[in-house]
Amino acid sequence: MPVKTKPMPELVRGAAHPMEKYLRTERLPHIWCSGCGLGTALSSFLYAVDDLKLDPDKVAVVSGIGCTGRIAGYVRMDTYHTTHGRAIPFATGLKLAKPELKVVVYSGDGDLFAIGGNHFIHAARRNMDLTVLCVNNFNYGMTGGQVGPTTPVGARTTTTPFGNFEHTFNLVHLAASAGATYVARWTVLDGRRLKEGIKEALTHKGFTFVEIVAPCPTNYGRRNRIGEGLDELRFYRENTVIRHGTDPKAAPLEPGKPIVVGKFVDIQKPTHLDLYETKAAEVRK
Amino acid sequence: MRKVMTGHKAVAEAMRQIEPDVVAVYPITPQSEIAEYYAEYVHDGIVHTELVPVESEHSAMSACIGAAAAGGRVMTATSSQGLALMVEMVYIAAGLRLPIVMALANRALSAPINIHCDHSDAYLTRDAGAFMIFAESAQEAYDYTLIAQKIAEHPKVRLPGIVNLDGFTLTHTADVVEPLEDEAAKKFVGDYQPFSPMLDVDRPSTWGAFAMPDYYFELKRAQQAGMEEVPAVFLHTQEAFAKVAARGYRGFFEGYRLKDAERALVLMGSTAGTAKVAVDELRARGEKVGLLKIWLWRPFPYREVAQALAHVNKVAVMDRALSFGAMGALYNDVCAALVHEKNKPALVNYIYGLGGRDVSTDHILHVFQDLKEAQPAHTLRFVGLRE
Ligand code: SF4
Repeated sequence: MPVKTKPMPELVRGAAHPMEKYLRTERLPHIWCSGCGLGTALSSFLYAVDDLKLDPDKVAVVSGIGCTGRIAGYVRMDTYHTTHGRAIPFATGLKLAKPELKVVVYSGDGDLFAIGGNHFIHAARRNMDLTVLCVNNFNYGMTGGQVGPTTPVGARTTTTPFGNFEHTFNLVHLAASAGATYVARWTVLDGRRLKEGIKEALTHKGFTFVEIVAPCPTNYGRRNRIGEGLDELRFYRENTVIRHGTDPKAAPLEPGKPIVVGKFVDIQKPTHLDLYETKAAEVRK
Repeated sequence: MRKVMTGHKAVAEAMRQIEPDVVAVYPITPQSEIAEYYAEYVHDGIVHTELVPVESEHSAMSACIGAAAAGGRVMTATSSQGLALMVEMVYIAAGLRLPIVMALANRALSAPINIHCDHSDAYLTRDAGAFMIFAESAQEAYDYTLIAQKIAEHPKVRLPGIVNLDGFTLTHTADVVEPLEDEAAKKFVGDYQPFSPMLDVDRPSTWGAFAMPDYYFELKRAQQAGMEEVPAVFLHTQEAFAKVAARGYRGFFEGYRLKDAERALVLMGSTAGTAKVAVDELRARGEKVGLLKIWLWRPFPYREVAQALAHVNKVAVMDRALSFGAMGALYNDVCAALVHEKNKPALVNYIYGLGGRDVSTDHILHVFQDLKEAQPAHTLRFVGLRE
């Protein structure tokens, strides 16, 4: 069925991006490739901050290493660009020292689930009051497209020219089983739902996790004959199903299967800080 | 046959010829391409290596240690923060006397994050117990990868080895390299005879066991003894290499127009190439200058360095990393080497090229000029710095 669309507004050269106030424009242009999903991932986050009217002075963004990690350099907030894998422990320290801050970890699949995997499960276990946004593009984009823990079976990367044969993580299942109290997945095709998901994650108390499925045309798309960024978005449009409340275990991202998106977990339980305060009150009497 | 290749490719080629049983690696700029080339060899079925794309450098070295303890021939490659994460395990590899050879694409350590060349990563592992070699060119990186493997596996040594090649300057630029024929390279490196593999069911063994104050000291002394064997094995291996390669390396360092030099530089890595151009230029003007380029940094060849520099009036020791709170590590080495000499040159320490700051011939000429006037003192002088 043909989709009715409004005519595109004419491109105004030199016009400011509506979310420019949250960007360090002096750091632009960004380094991301054309067709990369990171632009939408970032703007969805900024729209979420804007919708929620969060005071940017009260939001801290922590990133690890990788293409997604560059986000910390572009947003006009207090940010920290950690070493590879260490965004979550840094954010944990930040949150403990300044509980009034909204602490957001924005990083990639390789950073959060390979070299930093241990930190992820422990922050989720503790129900640290952090929002972890993970751009999953199925490979290490920045270093040239190597195999990672989310690379689908059969996919070609620079270190698996023969096709990946290792089992992969299902990130939403991992997050849920480790103890995350809010878990969702969206693709960058669906910027609005993604924004709403990020808003929910930002306002939910406790450890929240949003997996953002995004194209990396330069490294992943090209080697796996997916085509340009737009082709991957088209693929999302044709293969994505929204299933809120699905058991995340039943929603792995596997070749040949639909991309199941939606909100999978939304529960409440005491956060690390809640429990800490209770214990502290108890021992101090 | 002479070929044009990058430093990455040169190292990967040497690794292909060595054909380790296991290669465990994690991506990091500017190392990643070594692993990528190697993955292609695995893909093409021309090596029988198990390539393990692990989840971090700490895991890379841990996997290497497991594979080496089992009796395998093992290699890896890394850079900068990757080495920093791995360093705990480098100490373990050395303490367990496991001959794991790694290529280190030298890159500055964070913070601030930087991906370009300096030697701070190498300096971090200086005391870890691996022998360390610095390459000036892709050719040397290739040659010394083969040589290092043979040294590491020598029954008297059995230690990890690190072959340093300057990130980007050597890893990413293409140069003419003349690799050995496969057969010659394989014959040179030879088959590996593991010392006490865990998979020897007749001699079960425990690795990494607890050593209390009653044994720890002796074990460390024994490890040091292994390190003390490196120089002789190094020279011997160079000799064996000279028999199969058109070029011959002799000694722990290269002296370039050094014999009658009145002023000289001491440094490591690719800057030696730039320094040679500067030396030639000054020589053409009648100035007696020379260069000492270190190949073997650990163990440090104290006696030989002292002999080579004793006649020089003034020496500029150039460190491509800071050792905060102390003079440059190479400077300290050269000072120590000369301390017992009767006639010794005046020494000046220069810090250069941090975080990939370019070092041109002009900079080196400036160092030679500055050296004329500089008073020997334990004060750092900086090359090409805005102050
Ligand atoms: S390499 Fe991939 S993830 Fe990185 S900017 Fe390019 S397209 Fe995006």
